[in-house]
Amino acid sequence: MNAALSVRGATKRFGAVLALDDVDLDVHHGEVVALLGDNGAGKSTLIKCISGVHRLDSGSIMLDGEPVNIPSPGAARALGIETVYQDLALFDNLSPASNFFAGREQAGPGWLPRPLRVLHRRSMAAATGDVLERLQVSIGDRSSNVGLMSGGQRQAIAVARASAFASNVVILDEPTAALGVRESRRVLDLILRLRSEGHAVIVISHAMDHVTEVADRAVVMRRGRVVGEEIPNAEGQQRIVALIVGTPLAASPSTSNRTTSTRSVD
Amino acid sequence: MMNLASLGRQREGSTDPAALDASTGGQSAEHDPGESHETRQRQSFRLLRLALGIIRLGPVLILGLLILTMTLLSPVFMTTNNAGNVLSQTAAIAVLAIGQLMVIITRGIDLSVGATLALASVLGAIAYDHGASGWLVIAVMIGTGAAVGFVNGAGFVWGRLPHPFIITLATLSIARGLALQFSGGQPQRGVPDIVRSLGSGSIGWFPYSAFLVAGIAIVIAGLLTRMVWGRWVYATGGNDEAARRTGIPVGPVLISVYVMCGLLAGVAAIITSGRLNAGSPTAGTLAELDSIAAVIIGGASFLGGRGSVANALVGALMIGVIRNGMNLLNVGAFLQPVVIGVVIVLAVETDVIRGRLENRVRVLQAALA
Repeated sequence: MNAALSVRGATKRFGAVLALDDVDLDVHHGEVVALLGDNGAGKSTLIKCISGVHRLDSGSIMLDGEPVNIPSPGAARALGIETVYQDLALFDNLSPASNFFAGREQAGPGWLPRPLRVLHRRSMAAATGDVLERLQVSIGDRSSNVGLMSGGQRQAIAVARASAFASNVVILDEPTAALGVRESRRVLDLILRLRSEGHAVIVISHAMDHVTEVADRAVVMRRGRVVGEEIPNAEGQQRIVALIVGTPLAASPSTSNRTTSTRSVD
Repeated sequence: MMNLASLGRQREGSTDPAALDASTGGQSAEHDPGESHETRQRQSFRLLRLALGIIRLGPVLILGLLILTMTLLSPVFMTTNNAGNVLSQTAAIAVLAIGQLMVIITRGIDLSVGATLALASVLGAIAYDHGASGWLVIAVMIGTGAAVGFVNGAGFVWGRLPHPFIITLATLSIARGLALQFSGGQPQRGVPDIVRSLGSGSIGWFPYSAFLVAGIAIVIAGLLTRMVWGRWVYATGGNDEAARRTGIPVGPVLISVYVMCGLLAGVAAIITSGRLNAGSPTAGTLAELDSIAAVIIGGASFLGGRGSVANALVGALMIGVIRNGMNLLNVGAFLQPVVIGVVIVLAVETDVIRGRLENRVRVLQAALA
């Protein structure tokens, strides 16, 4: 079976800086891939190229084996690639349903120019309610503004919005970074539900324990290159940290080695 | 003001842990302490939502209170004659406020509406002087407004200005100057009948201009709440970066908002010229401040993303009632701006308090989730 998303030979240069250097990445349907690496390793550049914010200098992106061209964020969304950035890109002054459908409102009649079409508010609210229910996102009053919701609820809405429109890939940038323990838990559960629904999910995270919990594979980047791939479990964790910081793994890791690693990961 | 006092009480009630402790203290000895803590949080959550609801209704309550007070203080206030007066005096401000509202929802400001009104008024009267028909005069006034609005919007968006303050300040100056230049500084006597009746005609005591305001309010409210365009306006005001990322055409949306605001300044020019039976280069002086005050007093937020046509109308009426009432009570005309200034401060402070209450709601949501 073809991977949901395949990146081959991705290279991106910002002036003198080689941000991506011949990167390959595969993500399958029903799989969560964690993208790891220290700051400046190229994770963000890679997902920005996939989500249409940047364009690759060379290399190719394929969806289900078909090469695609992603010139803009809008094009990425049209191809079924949805990205949840760290700032969530939510509209605090609007309801969850309005947030879901912002920029892709259901409205009619079709012969009117788009801005003058009448919103199908009820059907959008119903569709939003269905998605939130299916993903077991509880947000209390669904008609109140997103601005009145907690960090976890907002994150959940952003993730649910992405999953609702992503036929191919959901990309999550640091989904638990701003959350407490309990709210992180809910978001991690949500990611697992996305996986069981057959989404291909890419998660960028610095939280090792969260990665171990939800990811099927951990792809580690350093200085614009993919330097390794590990199964994120208790044993793999050490090797992952070593890959991230670029220190060769000693046969029995010394205490000093371990402390350095921990610091870099945090 | 009563609204603010009760709000204070709500806040006290919701934030005073001592009082709540005392009421649940006896039980928490027997019950699981975590549970009573949660009950307490749920209680303050409910109180917070109540307080927010009161703030939302605040402007309407205050307007009602004002009208009630005036009715008690002055026997003339509640007569149909005076009501018609208030409505026709408020009509131009109300139309400007509805335009200003759309701009403020997008986190902008339009300082040029008063001067635009004057320019439209003068050009309309000059056109009439040159033999233009009534409808053509109306078209000239509205067209002039829309043109100035387009300059504002295009200058702001295409000029990549950080804020519309400066461009609309510039067009304020330009439009006022042009109005004075074209008219030689003198009122241009005479406007078409249709303009005169829109400005000063009435059915019984009910002025035509009030019908005009109602019609505009319904159309704009429909655009803002039922149409895709309105959703885009609110989205742009709430988070323009996110709006851009979701594919909303933010630039054109902003330009259209300024065009609409200018267009409504042209409509306000029709009403004003009709009342004056002249095109006046000094009409609408400081009207931009009235329109902004009306929107803010009505409960829209300067931070963007919030506000409704009803807000703008309530705010405009409040200004009208305060002015009219102070006249009836023989309070010096110089004190009117003072009172309106104080009301603006209260309105803005209420918006700040609302922001803080909403923050508390967020925190409690996280705790209760």
